[in-house]
Amino acid sequence: MTRQPFILRNPSILVVLALLAVFTVTVTALSQAYGSGTVPTSTVKVLGKTLCLALAAVAMDLVWGYLGILSLGQMAFFALGGYLIGQWLMYARTEGIVAASLAQNPIPPTPAELQEGVANQIFGVVGSSDLPLAWSFAHSLPLQLLLVLAVPGLLALAFGWLAFRSRVNGVYLSILTQAMTLALALWLFQNDSGFRGNNGLSGLQNIPGLEAVDQATLSVWFFWASALALALAYVLAAWVVSGKFGSVVRAIRDDETRVRFLGYPVEGFKLVVFTLAAMITAIAGALYYPQAGIINPAELMPIASIYLAVWVAIGGRGRLYGAIIGAVVVSLLSSWFTGGRAPSIHLPGYTVNWVDWWQVALGISFVLVTLFAPKGIAGIFDRLSGILPPQRHGRDLGPDQGALQEQEAKA
Amino acid sequence: MSALLEVDSISVSFDGFKAINNLSFNIGEAELRAVIGPNGAGKTTFMDIVTGKTRPDSGDVKWGTPPKSLLRMNEAQIAREGVGRKFQRPTVFEDQTVAENLTMALKAGRNPFAVLGWRPSRASADRVADLASEVGLAAQVARKAGELSHGQKQWLEIGMLLAQEPRLLLVDEPAAGMTLAEREQTTALLVRLARTRAVVVVEHDMDFVRRLNCKVTVLHQGSVLAEGSLDHVTRNPDVIEVYLGR
Repeated sequence: MTRQPFILRNPSILVVLALLAVFTVTVTALSQAYGSGTVPTSTVKVLGKTLCLALAAVAMDLVWGYLGILSLGQMAFFALGGYLIGQWLMYARTEGIVAASLAQNPIPPTPAELQEGVANQIFGVVGSSDLPLAWSFAHSLPLQLLLVLAVPGLLALAFGWLAFRSRVNGVYLSILTQAMTLALALWLFQNDSGFRGNNGLSGLQNIPGLEAVDQATLSVWFFWASALALALAYVLAAWVVSGKFGSVVRAIRDDETRVRFLGYPVEGFKLVVFTLAAMITAIAGALYYPQAGIINPAELMPIASIYLAVWVAIGGRGRLYGAIIGAVVVSLLSSWFTGGRAPSIHLPGYTVNWVDWWQVALGISFVLVTLFAPKGIAGIFDRLSGILPPQRHGRDLGPDQGALQEQEAKA
Repeated sequence: MSALLEVDSISVSFDGFKAINNLSFNIGEAELRAVIGPNGAGKTTFMDIVTGKTRPDSGDVKWGTPPKSLLRMNEAQIAREGVGRKFQRPTVFEDQTVAENLTMALKAGRNPFAVLGWRPSRASADRVADLASEVGLAAQVARKAGELSHGQKQWLEIGMLLAQEPRLLLVDEPAAGMTLAEREQTTALLVRLARTRAVVVVEHDMDFVRRLNCKVTVLHQGSVLAEGSLDHVTRNPDVIEVYLGR
């Protein structure tokens, strides 16, 4: 049987990749480092971070829109990715500074002295001078990059195995995921957890070994990396949800008991998707925080994950491009409205200040989307391409055989 | 005749209510069997136990030769062993096309990585087309299952069961909500299927059972009340009292 190539069967992939390429080239051509300088470096960073958020939203859509698990702890994986890359960024940079200052001494420092100096610099702020065990690999970029994938992946695997095996579902599973990220945040807030407590990790925008490269150039490099990661993850996610695997995953979302009776190990499918999504989210975080420059435990608070769910809902869950649209549109609007640049609305007797009212507006639009456009912004594209939900009027109103039918109820 | 499924004195109770009470039941490799009984007789609970949805408090369920216990397996493992189940209400995946529904049910590797690597072949496409025409849905393969009528969904579910190629088919009230013509079609299909595999039909409708023309097991209060041909069991005074006499 001749089959169309994967890309041609999913034309939305080409559209997304083309738009992403045009966007990347445009931003590069307008950047201070490689182009006219119309777009300031701070904006390039905002756009690069937005692409990372879109990447996390794609992973969220895999878990929620396709697998049907409303995970309210996805940003834990995002922040873990940031913390793990931050460990290397902070350690290596501090090591450079300490080595330079110790080089003034008549006797060259021993490795032990060097490490002690680094630990003093990093952990002095929480009153400690020992390097915690969790920082054992912080000196090595390859090991720390490996951990960016391994730690969130293993956490998702262990959490998922425990939760899915006991068949926790629906709102209870959502609460569990939320408890996971909250517990992790509270642990990281402690000074003796080994991650500098509520100070978090800072100075992440300075890349060790690239001191000669200015922030304008670095910001464009990170923008490119974020765009590339988004493109690759999008193709991977689209491949995973196409074909029979996607079919089974959507079937689990709609009726997991029936899938069990078809012989599919439902828990295994959930674990694969949940773990894959956690690893994609961690990569997004590892690219985001060097652009943000700082990470602290507040990033793991459940509200961040709830925002992620709101973006995906507004963009349209069950459509990968919907997740990107939602994350980009809502997070950019968020930063515009809360940045104080949005003009206030002067009503007689009251002035609507968007910094205060944006969250209310976002909340209302979330409710409206849920009620009136459950497919979100992506639903517009469905409508344009003629995919409509089946109109099945006249069905039973209740689950029982004798239930009234729709037309009977109206009469 | 060697038994394919041997249910050996199982009991299960829910909050003190004995839904199944010391029930024993055998079925051979290629046999059609009807299970009847009044409401609450334990018919559905019996199916739940065989398919792994409910664990019995005591007793054993043995499967195949050499016999192995189904009690230590979960639903998916039991389904992979070759036990297929048709639910009372048609349960198909409404958001997916008829072809996707059938493809999912096709006998193939079930673990996530095997499924990820699975690619449609000419053989699998032909099989899906054959199954669709066998259940009269050849013209609907590209339609979403949610758009089908109630009867068509029943047939799609039967098609999915056939795709699984089960050795034992448990069918819960197949005739519910079907027209007379559809009932006759269903009877013919079940009789034909029972030539190559074991089929257990749970049914309320006596006319339907009569048309199946097979051995009948009457359940009452969680255990077997009578077993034999329909005429034999309908002459049984106990059966008349608890079931038919009402």
